Amino acid sequence: MLPELSHHEILRYSRHLLIPEVGLDGQRKLKAASVLVIGTGGLGSPVALYLAAAGVGHIGLVDYDVVDSSNLQRQVIHGTAGVGQLKVDSARQRMLDLNPGIEVTVYNEPFTSDNAMRIARDYDILIDGTDNFPTRYLTNDVCVMLGKPNVYGSIYRFDGQVSVFDASRGPCYRCLFPEPPPPGLVPSCAEGGVLGVLPGTIGTLQATEALKLILGIGEPLIGKLMLYNALDMSFEFVRLKKNPHCKVCSAQPEITELIDYEAFCGVPGHDHEEGSAGKEWDITAPELAQRLKQGNHLRLLDVREPHELEISHLEGAQLIPLGQLAARLSELDSAEEIVLFCKGGTRSARALELLASAGFRKVKNLKGGINAWAREVDPSLPVY
Amino acid sequence: MPSIRIPTPLRSYVGGQNEVHVQGLTVAQALDSLTSQHPSLRPHLFSDAGELRAFVNLFLDESNVKDLQGLATPLSEADRLTLIPSIAGG
Repeated sequence: MLPELSHHEILRYSRHLLIPEVGLDGQRKLKAASVLVIGTGGLGSPVALYLAAAGVGHIGLVDYDVVDSSNLQRQVIHGTAGVGQLKVDSARQRMLDLNPGIEVTVYNEPFTSDNAMRIARDYDILIDGTDNFPTRYLTNDVCVMLGKPNVYGSIYRFDGQVSVFDASRGPCYRCLFPEPPPPGLVPSCAEGGVLGVLPGTIGTLQATEALKLILGIGEPLIGKLMLYNALDMSFEFVRLKKNPHCKVCSAQPEITELIDYEAFCGVPGHDHEEGSAGKEWDITAPELAQRLKQGNHLRLLDVREPHELEISHLEGAQLIPLGQLAARLSELDSAEEIVLFCKGGTRSARALELLASAGFRKVKNLKGGINAWAREVDPSLPVY
Repeated sequence: MPSIRIPTPLRSYVGGQNEVHVQGLTVAQALDSLTSQHPSLRPHLFSDAGELRAFVNLFLDESNVKDLQGLATPLSEADRLTLIPSIAGG
């Protein structure tokens, strides 16, 4: 039995009620529906806002992060006043302001193999708005195992992808991407950046697909992947087929329960910048400042991209972007002590691994990158 | 001459181009032509053993070449291949 709409709701949703494909019955379906949004960042922001506005009766939000001012360039559900607040609380507040007639349940925790089934079980549809590979594989496997559709969206710089993975009616995420790329090959948004409006475009498409699934109208993006490029302003579609050997959604699946997704992907289940190299390789910003002050001869090697120098740079540092490092090792002297740095420590940690495997022994990684230097040593530099 | 569309994450390896014209009568030859023009792209597409990496998806029009004849899929002059990257940002 679908819930009734009050007079107040009939007025609020009148523009929906006027569309024959939605109508009173459709709006009641929306009211009865439940959707779990994984991540309240760039993609989760428009998804959660539009689902709330549309009157989806129960929306769950999973995120463990707090609002940072560097989020606000794209995460439009949060505001400046919310900086420092839990993302799920900030998002819930905004959604209930937009539509007090819905229920918003928040899960202030990372989405992991331990809690995913418990959290996801009560929802009709999951929306993948995460920022990392481990959580994407986890979300996919949860959906396959619970028989729920996964409305997928993913972004990088100017590129976006959208699909609906519903293993009961078509392929799953693993059919297209059986394995994640090796760690470090695909930069995250924290490292590579993203055009702020891009998740707006992709997230609203995800919200559209979720509404279509609830209403049972139109043609969902099942078995199709949409590829968007903002620079070319191109929308392209390719057909996806179910992989008969898929490890999770084939007739004889190899994976029948949730696994360790961080181990599977070789990266942490979040998109924060942090050095992955062991602590013995680390040098803190104050330590480095002390060493330089003592007149120690150190080669400072900046592995960021050239355009980042305009934002901040360290005096006397040599620039070799990470992508060029392997080809330019001959410019370095392994007898010299080298201190690597980038923005936050992730790229320099990879550079360190590369140098270590090439036989360099006297290499250090500036913990927290040039941002840590700006915070702890030289406040005249901006943090970005 | 067939062409290969390059997604943003890989454009820095092909001098920022969004599309590269290649020579070849098959997908394998087209990829060979692409990576000999831009050698730094090679490790992103092929494993050390020379196999196309599992996370690399190559589409000919709307179809995954894995669903056609794989690397042996024949190409005509006007064909356009699209590389689909695995991206995770959100």
